[in-house]
Amino acid sequence: MRLKLEARAEPSPLMGYLSPLLAAGLTIIAGFILFSVLGKNPLQAFYTFFVHPIRDLNGIAELLLKASPLMLIAVGLACGYRANVWNIGAEGQLVLGAIFAGGVALYFYGSDSKFVLPMMVVAGAIGGMLWAAIPALLRTRFNTNEILVSLMLVYVANLLLSWLVNEPWRDPEGFNFPQTKQFTETALYPALIAGTRLNVGFLISLAAIAAGYLFLNRSFKGFQMRVAGLADAAAKYAGFNANGMIWLGLLLGGAAAGIAGMGEVAGPIGQLLPSVSPGYGFAAIIVAFVGRLHPVGILLASLLMSLLYLGGEAAQMELNLPSAMTGLFQGMLLFFLLGSDVFISYRVKVVQPPKAQARLKEAAA
Amino acid sequence: MDTIVAILAAAIVAGTPLVFAALGELVTEKAGVLNLGVEGTMLVGAVSGFATAATTGNVWFGVLAGMVAGVLMSGIFAILTLNLMANQVASGLALTLFGVGLSAFMGKPYESVTLAAQAPLEIPLLSQIPVLGPVLFKHQILVYVSWALFAGVSWFLYKSRAGLVLRSIGESPESAHAIGYPVIRIRYLATLFGGAMAGLGGVHLAEFYTPLWVEGMVAGRGWIALALVVFATWRPARVMVGAYLFGGVTIAQFFAQGAGVTITAQFLSSLPYLATIIVLVFISRDMATIRLNAPVSLGRPYRPD
Amino acid sequence: MRTDKRITRRITGLAVGTALGLALSGAAYSQEPVKVGFVYVSPIGDAGWTYQHDQGRKELEKALGAKVTTKAVENVPEGADAERVIREFAAGGYKVVFTTSFGYMNPTIKVAEKFPSTVFMHATGYKSAKNVGVVNARFYEGRYLTGVIAGKMTKSNSAGYVAAFPIPEVVQGINAFAQGMRSVNPKAEVKVIWVNSWFDPGREREAANTLLSQGADIITHHTDSTAVVQAAEEKGKYAFGYHSDMSKYGPKAHLTATTHHWGGYYTKAVQDVMAGKWKTTNVWGGIKEGMIKLAPLNPAVPKDVADLVAAKEKDIAAGKLHPFQGPVKDNEGKERVAAGKTMGDEELSKMDFYVEGVQGKLPKK
Repeated sequence: MRLKLEARAEPSPLMGYLSPLLAAGLTIIAGFILFSVLGKNPLQAFYTFFVHPIRDLNGIAELLLKASPLMLIAVGLACGYRANVWNIGAEGQLVLGAIFAGGVALYFYGSDSKFVLPMMVVAGAIGGMLWAAIPALLRTRFNTNEILVSLMLVYVANLLLSWLVNEPWRDPEGFNFPQTKQFTETALYPALIAGTRLNVGFLISLAAIAAGYLFLNRSFKGFQMRVAGLADAAAKYAGFNANGMIWLGLLLGGAAAGIAGMGEVAGPIGQLLPSVSPGYGFAAIIVAFVGRLHPVGILLASLLMSLLYLGGEAAQMELNLPSAMTGLFQGMLLFFLLGSDVFISYRVKVVQPPKAQARLKEAAA
Repeated sequence: MDTIVAILAAAIVAGTPLVFAALGELVTEKAGVLNLGVEGTMLVGAVSGFATAATTGNVWFGVLAGMVAGVLMSGIFAILTLNLMANQVASGLALTLFGVGLSAFMGKPYESVTLAAQAPLEIPLLSQIPVLGPVLFKHQILVYVSWALFAGVSWFLYKSRAGLVLRSIGESPESAHAIGYPVIRIRYLATLFGGAMAGLGGVHLAEFYTPLWVEGMVAGRGWIALALVVFATWRPARVMVGAYLFGGVTIAQFFAQGAGVTITAQFLSSLPYLATIIVLVFISRDMATIRLNAPVSLGRPYRPD
Repeated sequence: MRTDKRITRRITGLAVGTALGLALSGAAYSQEPVKVGFVYVSPIGDAGWTYQHDQGRKELEKALGAKVTTKAVENVPEGADAERVIREFAAGGYKVVFTTSFGYMNPTIKVAEKFPSTVFMHATGYKSAKNVGVVNARFYEGRYLTGVIAGKMTKSNSAGYVAAFPIPEVVQGINAFAQGMRSVNPKAEVKVIWVNSWFDPGREREAANTLLSQGADIITHHTDSTAVVQAAEEKGKYAFGYHSDMSKYGPKAHLTATTHHWGGYYTKAVQDVMAGKWKTTNVWGGIKEGMIKLAPLNPAVPKDVADLVAAKEKDIAAGKLHPFQGPVKDNEGKERVAAGKTMGDEELSKMDFYVEGVQGKLPKK
C-alpha cells in the first residue's frame, strides 16, 4: 500500500482555505521541535516571532512599511506569471527604479516644487520598465529565455548603482563614502502616521493591489493573460497576441518593481546607497507564489513575509537567537506553504502496489 | 610569462567551485528542472564538509558529508517541486533562503576552527612540462576531480543511453512519459545529482580553497554558477571555459591592479553578465541551436497522470 | 596638533567624568540595570570588525556587572532596516545604543531626533547631534607600526595590501603602512588590490595570492576575514592581521596585528550616561587611549625590530611621532604636508590620495 497524488477534476475551493492552515500546523510542529532543541520556550518563541513585532502602532507601521514593496512587486510579477512570463529579475528592475528616481531627486536637489515627487514615481516606473523591456525585447525578437536574461540584469543593475554612488553621484560632502546626498523633503514620501515611518508609498502599494485585482480578475486583457498561461494553444487559437502579452507581463512587473525601488529611496532610505534593497525583488517572487498569484493572497503573503523579517529581529533582541535563525525559520515556513498548495489541485489516494505496477506496465506498453 | 602562468593557474583554481556547481546544475536543467537554490546548497555543503573534516580529521569524510548535505538540500527541493508540484522558481529561492540560515546556524561552533591546507598534488612528468605543467598539473586533488566530472558528464549526456533519456525528458516530458520512461524518477535523480555537485563545490571552497568557514562565504558563487550554465548554452565543455573565464577575469583584474593599473571595477565585473546575455541572444535567435541545446521544458512542472 | 589636543582633552575628560560618575550615581545602582544596545553589520563570528565590537560589549558587561544589561543584534543590513532595529532599542527603554557601522549614520541621526533621552554613539561616521556622539579609532597608528616591521623584514622591498573600498579610513591605513615601511626602508613599495567587497574569503585569498606572486613577501588586508593571513601561511610568507589577533590562523605568518579595543571606551561612555554627565563627543582614540593595540609580536620578529617598534609606539602615544609628519608627498610627487607640519584630523578624515611608495592610482579619482 502506498500513497499517490491524483489530480482533481476541479481545484478544490475548500483546500484553498485549508492548505494555509495545514502549513501553519506544520510550522507550529516544526517550530516547536526547533525551539525546544535550542532550549527556548516554544510558546514564547512563537509569541516573539509573530506577536511581539506588532504589539504597538509603530510595530504595525513597520510591518506595513516592509510589506509595501513586497506586495507592490509581487502583484506586478503575478500579472506576468499568470501568462507564463517568468520575470525573476524584479530586484534589478527595483534598482533601476531607485536609480531613475534618485536621479530626478538629485537633479532637482533643493527645489521645493510639488512635482518632484510625482516625477520620481514616474521616473521609477520608467526605470523599472526599461530594465524589463530588455528581456521583453529579446524574448519577442530573438526568443531568448526571459528567466535568465532578467536574472543576469540584476547583477548589472547592482553594479551600475554601485558605480553611480561611487563616482558621478557621490556626495561631495560625504567624506568619500559611497552614497549620494540625502534627498530633501520635497523628494521624500510624506508620512502617513505621524511619528512612524509608514508613508504614502503604502497607499500606492494598496492601489496596485486593487488595480491588480481589477486587471487580473475583471478585465478582458487579464482574462487573455490567464488563458495564455493555462493553455498556450487555446490562446493562439483565440487569436490573442502572444508577443503583446509578453511585453505587458514584463512591463507591468518592471513598473511595479521600479516604483517599489523609488519608494525605498524616497521613503525609509532617503538617499542612494550601494545597496537599496535587502532582496525585496526575490522575496516578492516567493510572496507572489505563496499568495497564489492572486492580489488578495499576495496582500496576505506580503504581510506574513514582512512579519517574518521583523520576528527574526525580535527573536535576536528578546531571545538571543542568532540572525541565522530567521532564514532557517522563514525557509521552513515557505516550504510548508508552497508544498501544501498541492492539495488544492491534487488529492491523496491510497493505491495498492500490484495495481499500480500493472498500470505502469500498461502505460509503458 | 610567469605572470601569465600564475594568472592561468589561479583562474583554474578560482573557477573550480563554479565548475562543480554549474555542471551539476546543468544536468538538473537538462532534465527540465530549474533549481535556483544553488547558493544555499553550496553553503550547506561547505559547512557540512568543513565541520566533518574538522571533527573527524579526514578531508574525505568532509567531501562525502558535503555531497550528502547537497543531496538532502536538493531532496527538499525535489519533494516540493516534483511531488508537491510547487513552483520551481519560488521553491529554489526559498531553498537558498533556508540554506543561508541553516549553514550559518550549523557553522557557529566551527567559526574559529582552522583546517590544515591541502598540499597540491603534482602529477609526475606532466607537471614538468613548461607552462602547461604549472598551469594544469600542480593543483589540489579536487581540481582533477572536477575534470573527471566534466568528462563523466559529457559522456553521460551525449554518449550514454541514460543521458539520452534524461535529455528527452528535458525536451518533452509528455512524450518521454508516453514512451514509458519514469519522468519523475529521472528528474529526481538529476536534481539530487545537481545538489551533490553544488555541495561538492561548497566543500572545495571551504575545505580546500580558503580553507575556513565563515557565514555566507560562498559569496554569490551559486548565482554565478546558474548564469554560467546559460552562458554555456547547456554544453559541458563551454561550462568549463566559462568557469575559467569567470575566474580568470577576477584574477586578471587583480594582477592588473597589483601592477598599478586602475580599472573601473564595476564595469569589469558586469562584463560576464552582459556577455551571458549576448550569448543567450545569439543562441536563441536561431531556433535550431536553441533546440539543440536548451532544454525546452525547463522550469515547467510535469506530472504524469 | 590642535585638534589632537582637543581630542586628548576629551578623553581625559571622559576619564575624570567616570570617577565622578561612579561616586555620584551610587544611589542609582540599586535600581534597574541600564540597558545598552548594540547594532552589528555582520555576524559576530570569530574575528574581524564586529567580533571586536562584541568583545568590547563583553568587557563593558564585565566592568559594570549587574549595573548594565546588554543586547546585540547582528547582521543588520545598512539601509532601511537599520533604522527599525535602532528604534526598537530606543523604544524598548535602552538608555545607550551603539551603532557600529558607517552606514548606520543617517538612521542613527533620524532615530535620535525622536528619542531625545536616549544616547546614541555611532562608529566611524561624521554626523553628531545633541544625543549622538561619534567614535572612531586611529587605526592608522597601528598600521604605521606594522609598516615599520614590514620595512625591516621584507627582502623583496615589496608589500601587498588587500583592500575593500577606497573610503578614507582604508586609504589612511594603506598610506600609514607605506609611511611606516618607508621610514625604515626608503626603497619599499606597497601594492594595493581592491576586491570591492568587505567580505568574500575566496576573492580575498585570490588577491593575496596575486600579490605574493607579484613579488610581495609581506601582506596585509583591510577586509573582514582571515583568508589573507591563511594564504600567507600556506605560501610561507609573512602577514599582518587586522581588527583581531589572527595568529591562530597563521602561527608562522602572522607577525602581529592592528587590533581594535572598544571596551574601555564603551565602559566610559555608559558610566558617563549613568552619571548624567554624558555630552556629545567626537572621540577619535588611538594607541594613547588604548583603543588601538598591536597583537603580541611573532618570535620571528628580531629583537632590534621589536625594540624599534616599541619605541615608536611610545612616541606615538606621547604625541612625539605622527604617521603623517611632513614632508608627505603623494605618489604623483605633489607635496601634501609641508616639512615640520603634521596632517590635521580634517584632512586625515578626507584622505583621497596615495602617499609616495604606494603603487597605482586610487580608484575613482
